[in-house]
Amino acid sequence: MKWESAVQFFAMGGYAVYVWGSYAAAVAVVVVETLLARARLARALAAAPAPETPAE
Amino acid sequence: MPKLNWFYFAAPNTFYPLAGKMVPWFAVAAAVFAAIGLYIGFFVAPTDFQQGEGYRIIFVHVPAAWMSMFLYVVMAFWAAVGLAFNTRLSSMMAQAIAPTGALMTFLALWTGSLWGKPMWGTWWVWDARLTSELILLFLYIGFMALQASIDDPRRADRAGAVLAIVGVINVPIIYFSVQWWNTLHQGASVSLTRSPSMATTMLWGMLVMALAAWMYSIAVVLVRVRAIILERERNADWVRDLKAKGATK
Repeated sequence: MKWESAVQFFAMGGYAVYVWGSYAAAVAVVVVETLLARARLARALAAAPAPETPAE
Repeated sequence: MPKLNWFYFAAPNTFYPLAGKMVPWFAVAAAVFAAIGLYIGFFVAPTDFQQGEGYRIIFVHVPAAWMSMFLYVVMAFWAAVGLAFNTRLSSMMAQAIAPTGALMTFLALWTGSLWGKPMWGTWWVWDARLTSELILLFLYIGFMALQASIDDPRRADRAGAVLAIVGVINVPIIYFSVQWWNTLHQGASVSLTRSPSMATTMLWGMLVMALAAWMYSIAVVLVRVRAIILERERNADWVRDLKAKGATK
């Protein structure tokens, strides 16, 4: 393992803000986009008209 | 199912369930590749002799930038097919790809900015690579805005297709910008014609992360295209049948 401690890992050699800022944005994009796409699909399915019930 | 032919799945009603079956596989593949890629990127790849640990932004920056360009070409391809052959699903694919492409472009710019600050001393510079990538973001946004502004979906498809096709010219400009102009952005680290100018483990981390970005993009685009299919075909018989069967996903 190249890192000696978790603190050292998270410090990223002094580049923590830049490295974690990049990965945080990527995670945020993936999570938000996934949720939005799934919500859109659920909404579209719910909005589709239900089949007509057979006449009684 | 009739005899296997590719056009069978070109109809929205046959593609909808197929896409639904494919999504989990691509999503799982994306997660697996991301886990492997991040492991290589953070625990196997060595510290860069010039940039220290700061270079590790590469494992998200390069895949996002590649996807931003590649998705644009795929989007324009489907838009063009829809324009030429009037195939409904092609235009829906183009529409489904645009938001993912825009987000990948945003990520490429965002991570590039966070990389530029410590290494170049600036968040942003009007250099050819950065400017053309920003134009790519505007093209995606323009495509979506244009489509959203036209009520008739088929007319929106045609107008969007023209914009998407014209905008393709920007993709080779982005790619070759670092050769054609004197840019602050470095040249390509990976090319088909010479060996890569980086450590093997760094390269592998980047390629595996690129695969993850591919799998993720396919999964999320398939979810979105299913939503678009339903939005546009809500009154079709097959959608009613789907609802009658109690489909909830």
